[in-house]
Amino acid sequence: MNALKGFSAPIVAGVVLFGLWQGVLSLFNPDGFVLPAPSEIVGALIENWDEVYQGVRITGFVVVSGLIAGIVLGIIAALLVTRFRTANETITPLAVAVNAIPIIALAPIFNNWFGLTSPRSNQAIVVALVFFPIFINTTRGLTQVDRSQIELMESYAASRSRITREVRIPNAMPFFFTALKLSTSLAVIAAIVAEYFGGRQDALGPMITQSAGLTRYDEAWAAVLAGTAIGAVLYFAVLVLERVAMPWHSLIRAHGDDK
Amino acid sequence: MNVIDIQGATKVFNPGRSNQVEALAEIDLAVEPGEFITLIGPSGCGKSTLLRLIASLISPSTGSVEVNAKPAEQARLDRDYGMAFQTAGLFDWRTVTKNIELPLELMGWPRLNRRRRAAEMLELVKLSEFAKHHPSELSGGMQQRVAIARALAFSPSLLLMDEPFGALDEMTREHMQDELLRIWKETGTTVVFVTHSIPEAVYLSTRVLVMSPRPGTIASTIGVDLGDRSAATRDDPAFFKKVTEVRIALREVEG
Repeated sequence: MNALKGFSAPIVAGVVLFGLWQGVLSLFNPDGFVLPAPSEIVGALIENWDEVYQGVRITGFVVVSGLIAGIVLGIIAALLVTRFRTANETITPLAVAVNAIPIIALAPIFNNWFGLTSPRSNQAIVVALVFFPIFINTTRGLTQVDRSQIELMESYAASRSRITREVRIPNAMPFFFTALKLSTSLAVIAAIVAEYFGGRQDALGPMITQSAGLTRYDEAWAAVLAGTAIGAVLYFAVLVLERVAMPWHSLIRAHGDDK
Repeated sequence: MNVIDIQGATKVFNPGRSNQVEALAEIDLAVEPGEFITLIGPSGCGKSTLLRLIASLISPSTGSVEVNAKPAEQARLDRDYGMAFQTAGLFDWRTVTKNIELPLELMGWPRLNRRRRAAEMLELVKLSEFAKHHPSELSGGMQQRVAIARALAFSPSLLLMDEPFGALDEMTREHMQDELLRIWKETGTTVVFVTHSIPEAVYLSTRVLVMSPRPGTIASTIGVDLGDRSAATRDDPAFFKKVTEVRIALREVEG
C-alpha cells in the first residue's frame, strides 16, 4: 500500500507531462521536426525494434561491465587507502588529479588506444568515470567511523581486519550506495557519449548520431528512450540491492536521528 | 590484590613537537575490588586520558599501569574490563541482542551461550522486549542501557565508563544512576566512572577523585560513605555535605 502511494504521484505526473507533450505538439507542430510527439517515438521504437534491441544489448553490456569494473577497482582502492598510509598518500592525490580530467573528452584518444571499433574504449571511459565517486565515497565511509566504536573494538582486543569487517565496512555501506546510485546514470551517459566517437556501430550511441544526421529524429529519440530504460533498470536494481544489503538503514530513516 | 595499580604514570601527547601537551603528571592510584571510583574535574584535566590509560587504549609515557596485577596491555588482551562511552557506540547494523553479543563473538563463545547471556543481560537492564529491535528504534537512555549490558556481558571484573550519562536528560540520568548502582551491587564489579557532575559523583561513588588540569593530577580524594542509595539519599543533608565538599575541592583546583 505504502509502496503504491510512493509511486502514484510520479506516475500521474508522468502521464500528465506526456499528455501535454503530445497535445501541444499535435496543435502547433504537426510535422514533428523539432520534437517528435511521444506517439511517433513509440512508433519508431516498434518499427526499429530489432536495431534498438541490439543497441540496448551492446550499450547495456558496456555500461554494466564498466560499472562492475569501476566499482571493484573503486572498492579495492578505498580499502587500500584506508589500510595503508603510504597508499593513501599515493593514490588519493592521483585520483583527485585524474578526476580533474574531463574523462569523456578522452573518448577519441581511447579509441586510438583500444581500436576504433572495439567496445573496450567505451568500457574504459565508463570505468574511469565510475571509479572516482565510488572510491571517494567508500573511503569516506570506511574512515569516518564513530571514534568510540573503534575504541570499543580495541578494548575487546579485536584485530584490525575484524574492526574493518565489523565496523568500517557496515559504516561505509550507505556512502557506497549513494555513490552507486550516482554512478548508474553517469555510466549510461558515459557509454553513449563515448559511443558517439567510436566502438561498435550497432550500439545506441551511433544509432542516435546516425538517425539525427538523417533527420530521423523519432528514431534518435527512440534510442535515447532505450538508454533511459537501461539507466532506470540499473537504478532500480541498486535500490533493491540497497534494501537487501542494509535492512537496518530504512529503520534509521524512519526513526530519524533522535538519539 | 588491587584491581588497578598505577605508579608514577605520566602522559605527554606529541612529545618534542610544538603542540606537545603534558596531559597527566605522576599519577599514583590503587583501586580495590568492589570499589566505585569517580574521576571528576574541569575540562582538560586528563580524566578521560587516565581512563584510557587504564584501558590501555593509550600507553603511559612513563610509569606503570597494572590491571588485575598484570600490565594494562595484557589485561586488555585478556578482556579483563568492559567499557562504555558518552555516545552509546552501538552498531546500527546489529540488533540489540547482536550488539550485546559482539564481545562474546570476539571471544569465541558458542552461539547458544551467547544468546542465553544476551537474554540475561537484557533482563538485567530491563530491556527484554527490545531484544530484536535495532538501536535507532530506541531512546537515548535505552541505548545507553544496551551499551552497559554489552560492557557487562562477559562479566568483566572491571567496568570503565567515560561520561556514559552525559548526554541524557536529568530524569533519565537519575534513573540510570540507580540502575547502575543496582547492577554494581548485583555483579560485584569494580567501576571507574568519569563525570562532570558533582551530585552524580557523590551519589554513585565510594571514592571521588578530584583532578586538577594542566598537567592532570589527582588533587584530592574524598571518601563517600552514604550507605545504600535511594531516592531519599538525594535529599539527605549528609549527601549535600559531600556535594559541598567536592565542590570546594573543585573550586580550589580551578582557582
